[in-house]
Amino acid sequence: MDQIAVAAPSDTTAWVQAVLIAAPMVAPLLASLVAWLCVGSGRTSSRAGAWVTVAAAVTILVDGVVTATITSGSAASSALATGTVLRVDALSSVMLIVIGSVGVIATWASVAFIDGEIASGHASPGEIRRYATLVPAFLAAMALAVLVNNLGVLWAAIEATTIVTAFLVGHRRSRGSVEATWKYVMICSVGIALAYLGTICIYYAGGQTSIPAHAALDWTQLATHAHELDPGVTRIAFALLVLGFGAKAGMAPLHSWLPDAHSQAPAPVSALMSGVLLPVAVYALMRYRVIAVGSIDGSFVRTLLLVVAVTSLLIATSLIIAQRDYKRLLAYSSIEHMALVVIGLAVGTPLALAAVLLHIVGHGLGKAVLFCGAGQILAAEQTSQISGVRGLLARRPALAACFGVGFLALLGLPPFSLFVSELGLARAATAAGLGWVVAIALSLLVVVFVSVAVHLAPMLLGSEPGPATRPGTVPETDPDTHPETGSASSVNHSTRTGAGTQIATRTDVPTRTELRGVGSPMPLIAGLMALALLGIVAWPLDQLLHIASLIGGTP
Amino acid sequence: VSPETYSQWLYLVCGALLLSSVIVLWRRQLSALISLLTVQGVLLAALAALLGTQHDGLELYGIALGLLLLKAGVLPAVLRRALARGGAPRETRPLVNVPASLLAAAMLTLLAYAVSQPLVELDPNPTTRAVPVGVAMVLLGFFMLVTRRRALSQVVGFLLLDNGIATTAFMLTAGVPVIVELAVSMDLLLVVLVLQVLTTRLREHFGDAELDDLHELRD
Repeated sequence: MDQIAVAAPSDTTAWVQAVLIAAPMVAPLLASLVAWLCVGSGRTSSRAGAWVTVAAAVTILVDGVVTATITSGSAASSALATGTVLRVDALSSVMLIVIGSVGVIATWASVAFIDGEIASGHASPGEIRRYATLVPAFLAAMALAVLVNNLGVLWAAIEATTIVTAFLVGHRRSRGSVEATWKYVMICSVGIALAYLGTICIYYAGGQTSIPAHAALDWTQLATHAHELDPGVTRIAFALLVLGFGAKAGMAPLHSWLPDAHSQAPAPVSALMSGVLLPVAVYALMRYRVIAVGSIDGSFVRTLLLVVAVTSLLIATSLIIAQRDYKRLLAYSSIEHMALVVIGLAVGTPLALAAVLLHIVGHGLGKAVLFCGAGQILAAEQTSQISGVRGLLARRPALAACFGVGFLALLGLPPFSLFVSELGLARAATAAGLGWVVAIALSLLVVVFVSVAVHLAPMLLGSEPGPATRPGTVPETDPDTHPETGSASSVNHSTRTGAGTQIATRTDVPTRTELRGVGSPMPLIAGLMALALLGIVAWPLDQLLHIASLIGGTP
Repeated sequence: VSPETYSQWLYLVCGALLLSSVIVLWRRQLSALISLLTVQGVLLAALAALLGTQHDGLELYGIALGLLLLKAGVLPAVLRRALARGGAPRETRPLVNVPASLLAAAMLTLLAYAVSQPLVELDPNPTTRAVPVGVAMVLLGFFMLVTRRRALSQVVGFLLLDNGIATTAFMLTAGVPVIVELAVSMDLLLVVLVLQVLTTRLREHFGDAELDDLHELRD
C-alpha cells in the first residue's frame, strides 16, 4: 500500500489512482446529467433520477472508504496523486467520507422531497428539474474542494459551491427565500473574495522562497517550505483567509447569511449545507493553518481563531435562547458546532485535530438527520414555528423519536459520537493551557442544552392544540401582490418559511398527496445508527483520524 | 520596453484605476457606474499586457485578451441588461452622502498604503510599489457595498472589489497560474449572472424596495 501511495510503480496503479481521485467528482456530475434528462418529465423517471443521485453519494462514500484504507495503511502520511493539481491524503479521505455519508442521508430524503413536490404541484417541472440537477452538482463541487492540492483551485471550488447552491436556497420563490438567497450570495461572494486576496498573498510569499514558481500554490510545497514564507505577508494572508473562509463556515462577523439560507432552503439542501458545506470551508482553514503555523508564531494564529470562534459561539447561544423557529434553531446550532470545531483548530494539536474531525463527522450526520426530520415535520405540520408544533410524539411517533434522539445526539449526550468528540476537544484544549476557553465553551453549551430542552419538550411531548391556534392556519393575504404590507406584517411572515407560507394556504384540504411529501424515517434512522456506532466503537475511524490529525495538527 | 517607460505606463494605468474607483463613489447614476466598470476592465487588460512586456509574455497577453472580453465586454453587458429590465436608474439615498464618501475614500486610500507595507517590503520593485492601489480599490469596493442600498449598486461594489483583487494579484505575482485564472474568471461570470437573476427576482417580489427594507427574515 505504501508503494501505491508514494509513487506509482506501474501504469496500472497510476490508472487506479486516477479513477479513485476522479470518481467522487465524475459520479455526481453524471448523476447531475441524468437528473437533468429525466427529472420533471414523469413520476417514475423522476424517481429514478433522484435515486441515481443517491448512488452518486454512495460512490463518494465508498471512494472515501477505499482511499482512507490506502492512505491510512501505513504510519506515515501517504497520498494518492494525479498530476500536481489533484491529491488525496488521509485528511481528504475523512472529508470524502463526511461528504458521502451526509450526502447519502440528504439525497435519500431528497427522493421523497422530489416526489412530494411533484405530487403537490408546489413547483413547476422546470424548477424540480433544476433542483435535482443542482444537488449532485453541489456534491461534485465539494468533492473537488477536498481533492485538490492547488490552493487556487480549492478556492474556486468553494466559490463554485456558492454559485451552485444559490438557486437551491431560492428553490421556493417566496419573498423570504429571495431575500435569503440575495444575502447568501452577496455575503459569501464578498467573504470568499477576501479569501482569494489571502490566497494571492500566500502565492506571492511562496514565490519568494525556493519553491518553483509553477508550484507556489501547491499545498504540499507550501506546507514543507512554510518556514521560508515571509511572516508579515503570511500574517495578512491568514487574517484574510480566516475572514473569508470563516464567512463560508458561518463564523462571525460575516455569519448573518447562515440562519436565513438554512431556514429557507429545502430540507435536504439545508442538511448538505450544514453538514458538509460549512466543514469544507473549515477544511480549507485547516490546510492554511498548517502553512501559517509554520511561518508565523503560533500565538497569532491561535488568538485570531479563538476570537472568531468564541464570538460566534456567543452569538449562536444568545440567539438559540429565544428562538421561535425550529429550522433557525438548527441553523444557529450549526454556527455553535462550527465554533467548537474552530476552537479545536485554534488548539491545533494532533489530539485536538482528531477530535475536530470526529466532531465534523458526528455533526454532519446529526444535522443531516435533524434537517431532514425538520423538513418532514414542516411537510406534516405546515409550520416551522416551535409553538405551532405540539405533541408530535403522540401523532407521529417515528418522526418525533428520530427528531428527539437526533437532538440528544447533537447536544452531546452519550452514546453518540459528539459526546466523545466534545470530550476530546475539552481534553486537548486543557492540555494546551486553554482551560479558560473550555470553561467558556462548556458554560455556553449548558445554556444551549437547557434552552433547546425547553423549546423541544412541548414540541414533542406537549398536548396537541386545537387547529385554530396553529399559526400556519392563520388566513393571510398574498404577500407578493401587496409589497407595501410587507414590512407591516413582517413579524407574521418571518414566523414561517416559504414552504410554510405556500402550504399554509391549503391547510383546509389535507389530501393524501400532501402526506406523500413527508417521506420515510429510514434515512433518519440510518444516520442515527451510524452516529451511535461511531460513539460506542471507535473502530472504523480511529486509525484514519489518527493519520489525518497528524497531517492537520502541529505539536 | 525599457524599464523607465514600463514603470511610467504602469503608474499611469494604476492612477487611472484608482481615479475611476473614486469616481464610482462619486457618481450615483447606475449607467455611469457600469461605464466606469467597462473603463476599469480595459485598464486591467492594459495592465496585464503591460506586465506581459516584462515577464513571459504569451500567457499574460492571453489573459489580457480574456479580461478585455469578460470585464469590458460580457459583465457590463449583463449589468446593462439588468438595468434595462426596470427599476430606479440611480442610487437615491446612499447611507453616506457623496462628500463624506469622497472623504472616506481618501482615508481608505491612506489606510491601504499603511496596511500594504509588508507586501511591498518583501520584494520592493516598481511593480510591487503600486500594490497599495489594488488594496485601496478593494477597500473602496467594500465601502461601496456597505453604504449603497440598490441591488445593482451593490453588484457594482462587488465588481469594484474584485477588480481591486485582480489588480493586487497582477502587481504581486504577475497574475496567478492559468488554471486558477480560468476557474476564477468562470466563477466571477457565474456569480454575476446569478446576481442578475436575483435582482430581477427581488424586483418581482419587493417592487422597487431598497435592500435595507428587506425584513422578511429576522430573529
